[in-house]
Amino acid sequence: MANAIEAHGLTKSYGSTRALDGIDIEVPQGTVLGVLGPNGAGKTTAVRILATLLRPDAGTAVVSGFDVVHQSKEVRRSIGLTGQYASVDEDLTGMENLVMIGQLLDLSTKNARARAVELLAEFDLTDAGRRLAKTYSGGMRRRLDLAASLIGRPNVVFLDEPTTGLDPAKRDDVWDMIRSLVRQGTTVLLTTQYLEEADALANEITVIDHGRVIAHDTALGLKRQVGGQTLEVRPASVTDLDRVEALLARVGTREPERPSVDQLSVPVADDAALTTVVAALAAERIAVSELSLRFPSLDEVFYSLTGAQTPAETTEVAA
Amino acid sequence: MLRDSFILAKRNITKMVRNPEQFIDVTLQPIIMTVLFVFIFGGAVSGDSSSYLPFVLPGIIVQTIMFTSLTIGVNLNTDIQKGVFDRFRSLPISRSAPLLGAVTGDIVRHAIAITVTLGFGALLGYQFTTGWYSVLGAVALMILFAVSLCWVSVLIGMLARSSGSVQGLSFLIVFPLTFGSSTFVPASTLPDWLQGWVAINPVTHVIEVMRGLLSGPSYMAAGSTLGGELVWVLGSCVVLVGIFFPLATWAYRRKI
Repeated sequence: MANAIEAHGLTKSYGSTRALDGIDIEVPQGTVLGVLGPNGAGKTTAVRILATLLRPDAGTAVVSGFDVVHQSKEVRRSIGLTGQYASVDEDLTGMENLVMIGQLLDLSTKNARARAVELLAEFDLTDAGRRLAKTYSGGMRRRLDLAASLIGRPNVVFLDEPTTGLDPAKRDDVWDMIRSLVRQGTTVLLTTQYLEEADALANEITVIDHGRVIAHDTALGLKRQVGGQTLEVRPASVTDLDRVEALLARVGTREPERPSVDQLSVPVADDAALTTVVAALAAERIAVSELSLRFPSLDEVFYSLTGAQTPAETTEVAA
Repeated sequence: MLRDSFILAKRNITKMVRNPEQFIDVTLQPIIMTVLFVFIFGGAVSGDSSSYLPFVLPGIIVQTIMFTSLTIGVNLNTDIQKGVFDRFRSLPISRSAPLLGAVTGDIVRHAIAITVTLGFGALLGYQFTTGWYSVLGAVALMILFAVSLCWVSVLIGMLARSSGSVQGLSFLIVFPLTFGSSTFVPASTLPDWLQGWVAINPVTHVIEVMRGLLSGPSYMAAGSTLGGELVWVLGSCVVLVGIFFPLATWAYRRKI
């Protein structure tokens, strides 16, 4: 399968700060790549280079078969960009925003209008289309942003942290829209700070930190490496801690840990572990006050991959 | 590229009409300034308000256009901050289209401001005695000067960190240019040191030409001729564009 995005050895520095330190990215046509990393890891810089907004200092990148530096106009014709930065105009209505972008993509006014109506309907914004974008809620703005990037029926769509700041219900809406986009054959590169999001949407995940790729794998492979989800148990009585620990050791992929004095956590391979543990706890008649299954946080991903703490103190490099 | 620039100019005009603050800049503000100066200062400067009107109205047009020509930097800066420019840059359009669109939109703003001021002047009894060619010439020259000056604002807009500081810096430039001129009072009434600045201030020469073309040569400063002032104005445009256009487009390309 041909790669829709192929980048090798991209570097970019801002003064003495090295935002990208030679990263490789490959995304086969029609698939979703999740780029996972903390703030300041270089995710946005990478997206900006691939979307032709920035020139790399070194390295090459080809998007839809065109070089991002030397054939930027052809690249721009084949991409859509939605993100923290690329935004709609708040002083225009949803409809006006989409029509204007359609016209800038060389659609006739009539066709731009038709496409705008179609996208507003698809993104559940038909009623809001006549209102100024500044009156939109966070979720509606994200949907309008997404619609705006799809007007030209792009082959590749870049989504830079598409759900950051959205509540879970709105986030699920955006996820559904991304999934329907992928069903239509679009290649998607999405950056995120959440393993859960990358797992829900991406075929493959590239983890970057300090401008370097520190892991690249399928979602499943990566979860195996970092221990998939984490099961947390808080027994009702601390005297049961040792029994629970022994029980968790049997289902976990690693030794259980004690994150606090009355709590145990263990990485597990899949959802089935939860059922197993519930059954085992019932069989041994251990009462628990809290039992939960959660995805590893970014910190835990980094801890498993590098053995080091997340570089929480790194600040986002302004682009 | 032209089509893209017009599409983006239309965006700027739509935004201006929607945004009361910017629309007031080119409609209500020249009216208020006219009322203020004609009725409050008219008697003191020219003896009575009706003989001050032909003197001050061209000055108010110049002042209004000076202020409007500097909003381009604020608008461009806001577009960059809000990420609207990144959207444009991800589209297959010419890199200069957003800039050209902003300049084209501004020309429309200038035309509105001049029309409003002249129209309101006419209501107050301003008489067009110089003929249509002169009036159209004045409008064209005013817009030419504004478009030459706007590159200063574009440069500030590209270099400043926030749109607020663009506004502040722009005012710092506009005030000495407009008030340190013969806009509201004849230059001969000013102290010597200020007259030195007024004489070299390009805005003074723009005002003289506007007075000559709109109200008639008798309203121009003693000793100045329409031809001579016109050379000054065109020369100033060449100098402004010569210095600030390359700087502004360099700063713009760096951002874009």
